Amino acid sequence: MGLTKRIIPCIDVDLDDDGDAAVYTGVNFENLEYTGDPVELAKKYNAAGADEFVFLDITASAEGRETMLDVVNAVADECFIPLTVGGGIRTKADIKETLRAGADKVSITTGALERPELIEEGAAAFGSQCIVISVDARRRHDDAGEHFYRDADGEEVWFECTKKGGREGTGIDAVSWAKEAEERGAGELFVNSIDMDGTKDGYDVPLMKAVCDAVSTPVIASSGCGGPEDMYEVFTEANADAGLAASIFHFGDYSIEETKEYLDERGVPVRL
Amino acid sequence: MSTFEPPAETLADVVLVDYGLGNLRSATRGLERAGASVEITDDPEAFAAADGVVLPGVGAFREGMENAGPLREALTDHAAAGRPLFGICLGMQMLLTSSEEADHEGEGEVTGLDLVPGTNVRFDVDRKVPHMGWNELSVEREHPIVEGVHGEYAYFVHSYYAEPDDPDAVVATADYGIDFPAVVANEAGNVFGTQFHPEKSGETGLRILRNFVEYCAER
Repeated sequence: MGLTKRIIPCIDVDLDDDGDAAVYTGVNFENLEYTGDPVELAKKYNAAGADEFVFLDITASAEGRETMLDVVNAVADECFIPLTVGGGIRTKADIKETLRAGADKVSITTGALERPELIEEGAAAFGSQCIVISVDARRRHDDAGEHFYRDADGEEVWFECTKKGGREGTGIDAVSWAKEAEERGAGELFVNSIDMDGTKDGYDVPLMKAVCDAVSTPVIASSGCGGPEDMYEVFTEANADAGLAASIFHFGDYSIEETKEYLDERGVPVRL
Repeated sequence: MSTFEPPAETLADVVLVDYGLGNLRSATRGLERAGASVEITDDPEAFAAADGVVLPGVGAFREGMENAGPLREALTDHAAAGRPLFGICLGMQMLLTSSEEADHEGEGEVTGLDLVPGTNVRFDVDRKVPHMGWNELSVEREHPIVEGVHGEYAYFVHSYYAEPDDPDAVVATADYGIDFPAVVANEAGNVFGTQFHPEKSGETGLRILRNFVEYCAER
């Protein structure tokens, strides 16, 4: 069968009112809703056949980071699959600390946009395979970009990198940035769409295809997954290597098993 | 998916070689779950006392061999004595003789442990490199390390793969445009390695680690 497409549940970790780690799921990077205990959720997904985990610390605070490292440590004790951890990683020391806690890869967004050399430094010290660059892109319909595509309505569109969880634009073309990140030593790209996040209307396929066509490192497609058919679309039309989803799994709309069975029946290679 | 049951007691004492590369934590946890008591050390004296030695590895061949240089003799002596030596990922590649990865002009030659004669070559396929993710194992011949894992999936991250001189050294393969060796072993059977990370390969990986621990216990 060869290499399979990876199905990755994403777990956004925040602190609840008691300061304990909790999983929240949001819409358009906002309106977060409590969905459970991160370690319990990870164990459940591991048993259900998750291929990998992405944990994001959405507090971006010192307390959040500490809690996150405890969560990663606890999950790594139970689940023998790759763990990617992101949120607030800005320095080589942050990378090291996160890997030491049990992460196999770190996902970096703002830290790399503000200081791209961090990618080289991380890759040189820890290997490219553990440096994941997260691209939080949003659609723009003006002419300020470098690479232009057609969106689902046939309109011309380019994709802009944002930072700080989608709150700030950068003017940087996301496809150009993806290529630069790869050249600097990123081992994987984690592509989010601010427009589609939490909508369950499907991935931003033109965005995913644009990045997949531009780079040769693996691409994790994220944001907007509403069900197995969206995963099918992003694997077959954009050729993404992995599909990430949060709310459909957290709220129990679909299980990981169901999603994999759906893909398997349609000829998409998955680990069953 | 099979269910992995950890053993109730320690089956074997295993040394995890610390030569300064990579995160040894997940390999330690995996081995412990498989029934090993694990000592992380770079002290060659400890090799002799252990039931088996694990050579982990994340990173580049040259750096790996240079860092492991002081341990070369202890590792080859251990292997020559017929005792279990298990290389993981880069640790497996280091069991071979050479690697294209280390061929840089002006840097001088770097030689592997030469316990499984052959070379490590870069993927030359029309696909993404590194080969990253879960791939299916095809067991090509019997060896205790691969018992019960034919057709199961393992997690790989690598750009180079082993090409042993002796085709019989290939225990299992995976398909990435070509069938490349996923598990190799020496002729005596006591030196072996996996290109994938068993400590990251879920139940299948734990099964392989358990196979290793049981093999160590029987020695």
